Amino acid sequence: MNPPADAVYPMLLIPLVGVIALGVIGHSRRAGWVNIAISAATFVASLRLALGVLKHGPLLTTSKMFYIDSFNVYLLVLTAFVGLTTAIFSRTYMLDEMKLGRVSTKRLQLYHAMYQGFLLTMLLALSTNNLGILWVAMEGATLATVLLVSLYRTPESIEAAWKYFILCGVGIAQALFGTVLLFFAAQRVVRNRHQALLWNILYAHAAYLDPAVMGLAFVFLLVGYGTKVGLVPLHNWLPDAHSEGPTPISAVLSGLLLNVALYALVRIKMLADPTLGALPGELMMGFGMLSFIVAVLFLHRQRDIKRLYSYSSIEHMGLMTFGFGVGGALATFAALLHMTVHSLTKSSIFVTAGHAAHIAGSQSIDRIRGLIRTQPAVGWGLLIGTVAIAGFPPFGIFTSEFLLLVATMQSWPWLTIPLLIGLVVALAGLFRQVQPMVYGEAMPDQRPTRTSMVPVVVHLALVLWLGLAIPAFLAQWFNHATFLISGSSLP
Amino acid sequence: MAYPLTAWALALLQTLLFIASAPLLCGWVKRVRCAFQNRASPPLWQPYRDLGKLFRKSVILAEEASWLFRATPYIVLAAMVLAAAVIPLIAVNLPTDAIADVIVLVGFLALGRFFIALAGLDIGTAFGGIGSSREMMVSSLAEPAMLMAVFTISMTASSTNLSTAMHYLLQSGLVLRPSFVFTAAGLMMVAVAESGRLPVDNPATHLELTMIHEGMILEYSGRHLALIEWASEIKFMIYAVLIADIFLPWGIATRVTPWELLSGVVAITVKLALLAVLLGAVESGLAKMRLFRVPEFLNLAFLLCLLGLLSHIILEVAI
Amino acid sequence: MTPVSLYTQAILMLAALVLFTSFALLAQARMFALIRLYAWQGTLLAVTTALVAWVTHQPRLYISALLTLGLKALLIPWFLNRLVIRLGLQHETEVLQGNSLILLGAAALTVFSYYVVMPIVQLSTLVTRNVIAVSLAVILLGLLLIIVRRKAVTQVVGFMCMENGLFFAAVASTYGMPMVVELGVAFDVLVASILFGVFFLHIRDSIDSLDVDRLNQLREGDD
Repeated sequence: MNPPADAVYPMLLIPLVGVIALGVIGHSRRAGWVNIAISAATFVASLRLALGVLKHGPLLTTSKMFYIDSFNVYLLVLTAFVGLTTAIFSRTYMLDEMKLGRVSTKRLQLYHAMYQGFLLTMLLALSTNNLGILWVAMEGATLATVLLVSLYRTPESIEAAWKYFILCGVGIAQALFGTVLLFFAAQRVVRNRHQALLWNILYAHAAYLDPAVMGLAFVFLLVGYGTKVGLVPLHNWLPDAHSEGPTPISAVLSGLLLNVALYALVRIKMLADPTLGALPGELMMGFGMLSFIVAVLFLHRQRDIKRLYSYSSIEHMGLMTFGFGVGGALATFAALLHMTVHSLTKSSIFVTAGHAAHIAGSQSIDRIRGLIRTQPAVGWGLLIGTVAIAGFPPFGIFTSEFLLLVATMQSWPWLTIPLLIGLVVALAGLFRQVQPMVYGEAMPDQRPTRTSMVPVVVHLALVLWLGLAIPAFLAQWFNHATFLISGSSLP
Repeated sequence: MAYPLTAWALALLQTLLFIASAPLLCGWVKRVRCAFQNRASPPLWQPYRDLGKLFRKSVILAEEASWLFRATPYIVLAAMVLAAAVIPLIAVNLPTDAIADVIVLVGFLALGRFFIALAGLDIGTAFGGIGSSREMMVSSLAEPAMLMAVFTISMTASSTNLSTAMHYLLQSGLVLRPSFVFTAAGLMMVAVAESGRLPVDNPATHLELTMIHEGMILEYSGRHLALIEWASEIKFMIYAVLIADIFLPWGIATRVTPWELLSGVVAITVKLALLAVLLGAVESGLAKMRLFRVPEFLNLAFLLCLLGLLSHIILEVAI
Repeated sequence: MTPVSLYTQAILMLAALVLFTSFALLAQARMFALIRLYAWQGTLLAVTTALVAWVTHQPRLYISALLTLGLKALLIPWFLNRLVIRLGLQHETEVLQGNSLILLGAAALTVFSYYVVMPIVQLSTLVTRNVIAVSLAVILLGLLLIIVRRKAVTQVVGFMCMENGLFFAAVASTYGMPMVVELGVAFDVLVASILFGVFFLHIRDSIDSLDVDRLNQLREGDD
């Protein structure tokens, strides 16, 4: 037995119990509270695990099935945390939806069970040591959320869910082929075939894997997990799925799923780097840059508030992919920080956007007007969230984007120009759309709604804190993870 | 390589046997069909009687017929006889085999078809023109498939010479080749289309809306018609022997000994008879396709041959 | 050229037939026939796996073969069949446009997959190494089926074909993934097929048809 590592089991068992429990009682009015309680317990369990990593360093369970190091432990905590805050938001939001008659009790039951199911797959994907299980969990995440995207059963939502299902399914199939190739390459190096898909074993043998096979495997895995990250040109499902599903699902999709997919990609890159040299990084830079630029341009054309922010998600995922692709200590550190702050900010924005849509009775940007007059908390929340996501100081996103720009300047100077231009264009695109929603005359039929701004306040406060000063233990984690990923750490 | 005179004699004999037994094969197919359809069948040698009768009749030429129309029956028959000479019927490694390879064989078949189509146009009747244009459509689709099949076989045997290829296949023993399964299926479809049989064309009717081969030769009579009928019977036999030879080469004589030759004759007879039974069964079970479905049919044949080639490259080269 | 055992030849033969079923799926327009072909592909896959297990003395592969047979040759086709009957799509046929071009494209994809996996085939020493290209081709043909068809049922069959190809790839290149992964993947496939069933009902309810083409409300921006 390995007590610190075994802390991973309660973290996974609690949401599993949650799926079953909410599958039974998910339709009751108290289900929202149960959901919060389970998510809180998961969060506590993840904190326990994090403490273990802080004390003992990387943890491997005796079964070798789970491996926790500083890279995934902070993502685990982040996932459990955003899961908790979104659960808090979802309680009032879903009650509101019930009142509006948009969801029936049966669907509420489904929603609650699958919410926990989604969290379970996310945590499993992050903590597993087996790359095959990682794939299974990623596919499981699609399966858990696809019925949630079509929860409202409107033609649009069903279309979005179908697209999401087919595109992600097709994409992720490429990742499984890549995994098979990886297994093939590993079998030639690792004697025990039962261990040939274990990440820690593979990492130890990464330098001996066959370059030709690894090249192929990496391309397939990049396409596969890249679809889930929302990299252009594989991003088509993302805005649809984000805009048509219930807002809490948009928040966790954007805040968690994309992160976990990127996590998978970075893990693969770590395996491919020793044999392939610069190729994986350059591929990721290319895809990242393309996603960034395309998403920035599409920001200007959006008419739907949730689509607007989902394109902003593509933009930021592009930036992070670019950052990991650039490699080196500084860029990797920046990308890791960006993962955290983007996840926090974006989920808080989706929370406020959901409230705004309830106030206006529509998700159309043209119908949402004068939020500050109707309900100041929502208006300010949206405004501050947008300020943060656009990269204004003193928020954390400014810090990470600044670091990324500096890193780019050091290694690829001329690429800073499109990055800077893109950031400015994104800023213009966001504020052009947000300004009339927040200020401006309120529409006559707008009505204040029951809000839960706790998640928004907590998230934005954290992002502000991370922008002003990164706490020592977090910096240490990031630095460790940076060392793991890039081979060097910040001084 | 110098061949002894006996080998040349044997080759000549084989060719003669080939062209002489072609009507017999057609008679046999007819019998099989009749048996499947519960009809009284004509005797086995009915095709010979038909040919004999036609040879005795006088030729009636259309006024517009040019020399081309008159020469075509001889050219077509000559092309078919030459093609038949190249194909090992009862023995491999005969001198005629070395003269031409399988691509030339395809060329002989194309030559015959080309002249028949020209002759169909030569008279200037509507049916001849329709027949020619349809024949060209069918062959333009069937020929790529045929070539694809030829490539697969020659790649497997590393030779385009039919005799060498068969020798190779005999030596390698019983090998399950996925490519050959596909190629055999494709080649059979091509054979059905090219020799004008159901479901592509119906040799037994003169229905103007559907006929292909019969349309082109509608104006022929007497001796000319006999030659053309005979040529098409040889053509049918060529395809049948090709399929039997390549996909079931066992039994054919590899050395010139009486015993081997005899077994070669028996083997090819049995194989052709069985093949004809298969064809008769299929023809009885199928209705004629509408003409615009024919390209689909031939596309399928092409696809099968292509799959054969692909699976040869993918699955068999490295083992 | 070294002589190969008859069993290896049989494996290659079956692999070629699996590839053929993929082509046949692309050429098939009727729903029932599609599902039946899919079931055949699953059966062939299971038989191939069992044969590989026997030739290479890998008893675990028998379990995979059984799993494949149960799931992909029996359960999922049965389920799809029932759905088709329940939705009244028995006589539904799809209009196949430019099918010869699509089939040629499929052949091109097969060639492409051959070149893609060439480096792996050269490294491998397994008897099934030549099948890897076929498995990638099956994956890509499934993808092609999803792209060129408009009926939801067909797209699902394409999706499941891709899964078949993936399984085949694992068997061909590494004699199967570790058991825990294989079970996980099978579980995902099972859940996916159930979800697809739920989706058919939803799509039918919302647009009164299973033509995915009619799902075209969501577009970019200004319309």
